[in-house]
Amino acid sequence: MNRNKALEKIIHGIFLFLGLITVGFVIIITVYLIMAGIPAIRQIGLINFLTGTEWKSTGEHPSFGILPFILTSVYGTFGAIIAGVPIGIFTAVYLSKMAPKRVKSFMEIVIGLLAGIPSVVYGLVGMLVLVPAVKTIFHLSDGASLFSAMVVLAIMILPSIIKVSISALEAVPKEYEDGSLALGATPVETYFKISVPAAKSGIAASVVLGAGRALGEAMAVMMVSGNVANMPSIFQSVRFLTTAVASEMSYSSGMQRQALFSIALVLFVFIMIINVLLNFFFKRERK
Amino acid sequence: MKKIIILIAASIACVMIFMTSCENSKPALSKVSTDGSTSMEKMMGFLGEGFENENPNISFTYNATGSSAGISGVLEDRCDIGLASRAIKPEEKKKGLIGKTVAYDSIVVVVNRDNPIKNLSMKEIRDIFTGKIKNWKEVGGKNLEIVLIGREAGSGTRDGFESVTGIGEKSKYRQELTSAGDVITTVSGNESSVGYVSLSSVKDSIKMISVDGVKPSEESVRTGKYAVRRPFVFVLRKDKKVSDAAKTFLDFVETKRAQELISRSGQVPLGEKDEQK
Repeated sequence: MNRNKALEKIIHGIFLFLGLITVGFVIIITVYLIMAGIPAIRQIGLINFLTGTEWKSTGEHPSFGILPFILTSVYGTFGAIIAGVPIGIFTAVYLSKMAPKRVKSFMEIVIGLLAGIPSVVYGLVGMLVLVPAVKTIFHLSDGASLFSAMVVLAIMILPSIIKVSISALEAVPKEYEDGSLALGATPVETYFKISVPAAKSGIAASVVLGAGRALGEAMAVMMVSGNVANMPSIFQSVRFLTTAVASEMSYSSGMQRQALFSIALVLFVFIMIINVLLNFFFKRERK
Repeated sequence: MKKIIILIAASIACVMIFMTSCENSKPALSKVSTDGSTSMEKMMGFLGEGFENENPNISFTYNATGSSAGISGVLEDRCDIGLASRAIKPEEKKKGLIGKTVAYDSIVVVVNRDNPIKNLSMKEIRDIFTGKIKNWKEVGGKNLEIVLIGREAGSGTRDGFESVTGIGEKSKYRQELTSAGDVITTVSGNESSVGYVSLSSVKDSIKMISVDGVKPSEESVRTGKYAVRRPFVFVLRKDKKVSDAAKTFLDFVETKRAQELISRSGQVPLGEKDEQK
């Protein structure tokens, strides 16, 4: 018996250790990012860094203002949400409430596939199909723009919005809907007046999750957004926080590299805020 | 209990395999390490392979980190030879570094195949990339707005192009892409675009532009007639003798065989230029 107890303890210890590995990595990455990101911010000055509108990292008199990147990331994420959320939520309502079983299972496989496509493939298709299409449709000289990036991001966040919304909608107790139907409401009225409001925390969580994905995406937007550090405007070539880090990191050195780490730190803060929001909504849903 | 014994036995076996594999990889090899410009990857690949074939007891390594990283690598003793795809700067010379040009890389202005333009002067190129000339009809082309495709800040190709043409920091790009392949794809997909890549990465899907009437080719780069070229430089320390292995490599680069390898990799070797004089 005693031996069993000892074994239990050992196994408990091993699992605890394995669990702590994850926590350890989070702590290491956080500490590293802060340590690597702070020096440049201190040298440039937080206000100058965050509100400067000019980014010339390799110039003779380099300037490191990341406001264009911050605004681009915020606009891009908003654009993706404005386009992606209605599609995602309506799809989720249809699939969880109205769709026949066969259609539903087929659609779920397709959505799973959409989630599994590597972001570089989204980028490639965007570069070869979307960018020329945007150029022709809007009569621009070049299609690589904030708009193209928004479209790509909107498609990329669809799977997370749909999946999380479906599970939130399916968790709505059937009695609520039955009650509404019994009172004479049509099914569609029931779904939009009873089911969706009852699942609103979960749906909000899905939107925040989508925002997180859009904010953190680098590869796909790098290939369609043009990557010039302009102040954002819908058909201009723009650079996101993520792509600012990714596109210059490989050849960077000195102050430029430190500033890139600072950008990564800013991005990290944004993602943290998103995560806090996400936790908030998930907790509310559980209640 | 049995399972635990098996687990322990397996882990011991793993450790033993690991240790023996360590011993295996330990033969007394001397090493020559190079570090630097990513643009030189192809050339260093060819040279490294040829060198290792001739000197099987010396292992050759190349790290693609970028010109500036390669130069600081030599200073910090992280490698034997630093690789820079630009001439070394005066302030780097002051730190006790010397540069040895081994080949020329040529940067070519490329346009879409549907663009009728064949030739541009250096001044026109400068005006186009600084945004003074905005439409192709100003240089005799179609009535289309010019779309400038460039490389990201810090890229050796961009630095080379902007310094050789005298554009400096005044470039106004519509897109900044991170590889020659991306530039080629984008230019081949947009009739009004113009970009630049190194001569060795030019593909048939795009069209090369002559500069001041000189067509870019290995020949014209070698003779210096085609002006948009940059040196590929080996960076060494003045105050410190290189290791024997590195010396062997430097000697190898000057042999006829190595010169052949350099031209096969798409660059223009220095040695042949002298022979032609």
